[in-house]
Amino acid sequence: MSAPLADPEIEVERLEKRFGRFVAVAGISFTVRKGEILGFLGPNGAGKSTVIRVLCGLLKPSAGRVRVAGIDVVRDPEAVRQRIGYMSQKFSLYPDLTVAENLRFFGRVYGVSNGALPGRMRFALEMAGLAGRADALVSELASGWKQRLALACAILHEPDILFLDEPTSGVDPLSRRRFWDLIHELAAGGVTVLVSTHHMDEAEYCNRIALIDRGRLIALGSPSELKHRSLGGELLLVECGALGRALDLLAGFVPARDVAVFGNAMHVLVDEAEAGGRELAAFLNAHGVEGVRVARIDPSLEDAFVHLVGAQSPRSTPAAGAAP
Amino acid sequence: MSAPAEVAVAVAGLRKRFRDVIAVDDLGFHVNRGEIFGLVGPDGAGKTTILRIAAGVMACDAGSVVVEGVDVIAEPERVHERISYMPQRFGLYEDLTVEENIRFYANLFGVPRRLREERAARLLAASGMSEFRRRLAGQLSGGMKQKLGLTCSLVHAPSAVLLDEPTTGVDPVSRREFWHILYSLRAEGVTILISTAYLDEAERCDRLALLNRGRVMYCDTPQALRARMPGALLEVASPAPRAAREALLGRAGVHEVLLVGDGVHVHVDEAARRLPEVEAALREAGVPVEGVREVAPTVEDLFVALLGSGEAPS
Repeated sequence: MSAPLADPEIEVERLEKRFGRFVAVAGISFTVRKGEILGFLGPNGAGKSTVIRVLCGLLKPSAGRVRVAGIDVVRDPEAVRQRIGYMSQKFSLYPDLTVAENLRFFGRVYGVSNGALPGRMRFALEMAGLAGRADALVSELASGWKQRLALACAILHEPDILFLDEPTSGVDPLSRRRFWDLIHELAAGGVTVLVSTHHMDEAEYCNRIALIDRGRLIALGSPSELKHRSLGGELLLVECGALGRALDLLAGFVPARDVAVFGNAMHVLVDEAEAGGRELAAFLNAHGVEGVRVARIDPSLEDAFVHLVGAQSPRSTPAAGAAP
Repeated sequence: MSAPAEVAVAVAGLRKRFRDVIAVDDLGFHVNRGEIFGLVGPDGAGKTTILRIAAGVMACDAGSVVVEGVDVIAEPERVHERISYMPQRFGLYEDLTVEENIRFYANLFGVPRRLREERAARLLAASGMSEFRRRLAGQLSGGMKQKLGLTCSLVHAPSAVLLDEPTTGVDPVSRREFWHILYSLRAEGVTILISTAYLDEAERCDRLALLNRGRVMYCDTPQALRARMPGALLEVASPAPRAAREALLGRAGVHEVLLVGDGVHVHVDEAARRLPEVEAALREAGVPVEGVREVAPTVEDLFVALLGSGEAPS
């Protein structure tokens, strides 16, 4: 992935989408390389699905330019639709049909030719680990299997670009890991993948993450870039007795830029972990707080998100009906 | 967390079956008074079923559930005075304002009139919603709706609250705010039983039960959970994750190699010994590497490790 200079597979330039007076997407720009997995991370109503619908040619942008696989989506939405696959967390499978019947159905919907269909079905079954299950009713499959079948249906027509909408939220961790292995395999084969999710742990699997909040792109980078560079400081895990008192005390401790309770401990943001940690322990000790233990911890994606979003205006505004 | 702990919720031998699906399978745990206890697990683990039974709104097939001294199985009606139950889709009236919703629930729960206004004001302030009191509930963001749901379910000052996935789909900032409210409830001595499918929320509980397919895989503090990870986790930052995995799979001491967005996570038996070996192997295979270091396992890593070590599901 050493940044090939080939044309980007997805190009979004100053995209805007308004619904009446509501601004769902407020001028977003980004590009995605071929074979890259890009995560769209943001709360419900942030504008993630609006962007994806525009990219799929289902919604017209109010302003801006969008090219997918070299095609101008506004000018030729039909051509774009043949190049993309879509899978949602709410697996749109037919539970009373078998695995093979579902595949055949979606193959026809996506316009796979009769000649190509058997081969594509074999490939899809193999890839999803469903070989030998072709005659099982979908309603009898465990959720991890269903999810892989939904993916298999979405790639029957060999799309260049795959859109995944919260593909593994709530799924057990083992199934999730298998699923993401498949996605990485597809990406290695040149498929470009766009994942929209509000799950921090799904985002970890993406090559790059676009943080979206209230229609704006607030950060774009690899998971580790976001975690390590966006906080502008280092994070301490502080354990001690009398948590409530320690919290009150830390409100008056200047080097602590942010304090959050986590169970029986606190996460404290300081400029630099070593000196900051020493000062903090000394400060709490001097005020009679006992059993103070301080350790540097790695920030999570959530820490990064909260920091980037929270730094902006207060959260407590209405979602204004979100995007439809 | 003052000793000796009193038990607020005790569940033992609980079973519930829906036709041929066993939702809860001989499950037990207890929640101490004034603690935040998490039911943590993926969809289908049994979280909602347990909470429904504990709240007295669903019957079980076998087992005993005692909540705040009330035998819920024998007298499900009586438990409602002591506790509050907030289901996944809490019934807010979207065409009523924030304040009107609270007043409605105060009526429903029989809160005396003289207490009502004062309590509503205090709860609104505690959840940071005072300035939105006249806004229609339907116009609140997802995170705000959850906070309002919690506020409504606290209006009769319950001694225990049962919350079913209150943070699902809520943005991370609102999620922190929501937990902040839970911590202030804890400080007032309220017992909190909360379910979540976000495994990382385990870290925020005082104690938790990690659930999978209707069974408790693990029940203790998050600190003790971290100590349960067999071996250690190395994070390899690399622009070529697949090549890195290729080079590491099957090596001595390497249990698993997981592809993540910008590298791989390598589960090894021993960090100090394997870290230089992993570096050497990657160098030898010509895999570009930006760094290798030991990282703390996530709850998801622990979940997978626990599954591997014991009752692995099919």
